[in-house]
Amino acid sequence: MNKSRASRQLPALMSFVVGLILTIMPLPEAAEAFRPNWLAMLVIFWTMQLPHTWSVGTAWIVGIVLDVSQGTLLGQHALALCCVAFIIVRFHLLMRVFPIPQLTAAVFPILVMYQFLLFWVNGVAGVDASLIVYWGPVISSTILWPVVMIFLSSLRYRTPSG
Amino acid sequence: MVASRENNNSPGRIPALGLRFLGLIFISILLMYFDNRDNHLNTVRKSIGAAVYPVRVIVDAPTRLWIWLGESVTSRNDLELELARLRVERLMTHGRLQKLNALEAENVRLRTILDARSRVRDRTRIAEIMSVDANPYDHNLIIDVGTQDGVFDGQALVGADGVIGQVIKAGLMTSLAMLISDTDHALPVEVNRNGLRTIVVGTGTIDSLELPFVVNNADIHVGDLLVTSGFGGAFPAGYPVAVINSVTRIPREPYAKVTAIPAASLGQVREVLLVFSSTDQDEEATEDE
Repeated sequence: MNKSRASRQLPALMSFVVGLILTIMPLPEAAEAFRPNWLAMLVIFWTMQLPHTWSVGTAWIVGIVLDVSQGTLLGQHALALCCVAFIIVRFHLLMRVFPIPQLTAAVFPILVMYQFLLFWVNGVAGVDASLIVYWGPVISSTILWPVVMIFLSSLRYRTPSG
Repeated sequence: MVASRENNNSPGRIPALGLRFLGLIFISILLMYFDNRDNHLNTVRKSIGAAVYPVRVIVDAPTRLWIWLGESVTSRNDLELELARLRVERLMTHGRLQKLNALEAENVRLRTILDARSRVRDRTRIAEIMSVDANPYDHNLIIDVGTQDGVFDGQALVGADGVIGQVIKAGLMTSLAMLISDTDHALPVEVNRNGLRTIVVGTGTIDSLELPFVVNNADIHVGDLLVTSGFGGAFPAGYPVAVINSVTRIPREPYAKVTAIPAASLGQVREVLLVFSSTDQDEEATEDE
């Protein structure tokens, strides 16, 4: 049981490591503002699929790791991801039955909220950046969401978990 | 199958979700408050940072490999050309260095006459910039040295052509540095030509800096070189920072609109020098006079 549990979490863990790599990977200057929020997308997917293991606590830890690797205020991404996870856990039964276009439409406002929280904390802490830096990722993440969703689903159901 | 097992005890309900959520929000806000206020959380940051280190190395690896490959497959002809170029450059630098030695001796002598402390040559260490992106809100970069190499917060980062930035969060093995082009960065400088002191502030654009506090009738021209003045303590004096590229004097406004181009190409550097100003106290003592 224990072993199968661990192996069941392996795809999720691996996807988070890959997500972190994609998040800190250098991009050309022009594409920089449109880097998708990989980790927010992963939190949305995994909390929707496995809300008993991937919930607010794990999202918070992912956020802290992201804060440290990006050098932002400690707790900023943690707070934002925690809120994202909370909403998803509350509505995960509903969201699971959504077809992909509808789910994408539901993910969009959640990503907007995520970016708004980051924006808001930056505002309080006195970090100013151009607006495109905040809203570019929302656009790219929403566009990429169906692809990520299909890919992660295949990853999830291919594993021998039963 | 998995889903059914997940949900068989309480379909869809996560125990104490709201409570855990509120608790974590509270902790986050507390963390942010303390992180923003002072540096109590540096040890926390460092220990988690050490866990992130392997990820940074993985991300940096392809670039490193690419550079290494590029170096190992360069043709013999190219290498010979490069060697010839470097020889000429070395000869020229050495020529200039001879003069520098004499000037340095003279400087020490003159300073003794003036009864000021002589500035010892700054100790430096080479660091490499990792091809790892930090957050998009600031102009930051990550270097491959940390506190175990003696790096400290506030340390100056200098490139071959001029000042690049300073370390803001020294980690154990990697550190976060802020570029001088960041909007939060201000650097005390002086005009090399006449010693006019002012402050250079980042604009958020990588190839532009501004000087917001230059009075309208100040003696400053396009092409003037700005060097660090050593005030503020973080940067040792005398390193080139930027070249003035526009001066607009606006009548009725107290300050002129002056912009400058950084001397170092901030977006392209790969190696940087970390300056340990061995005479931090001495610097301050001299400045006080």
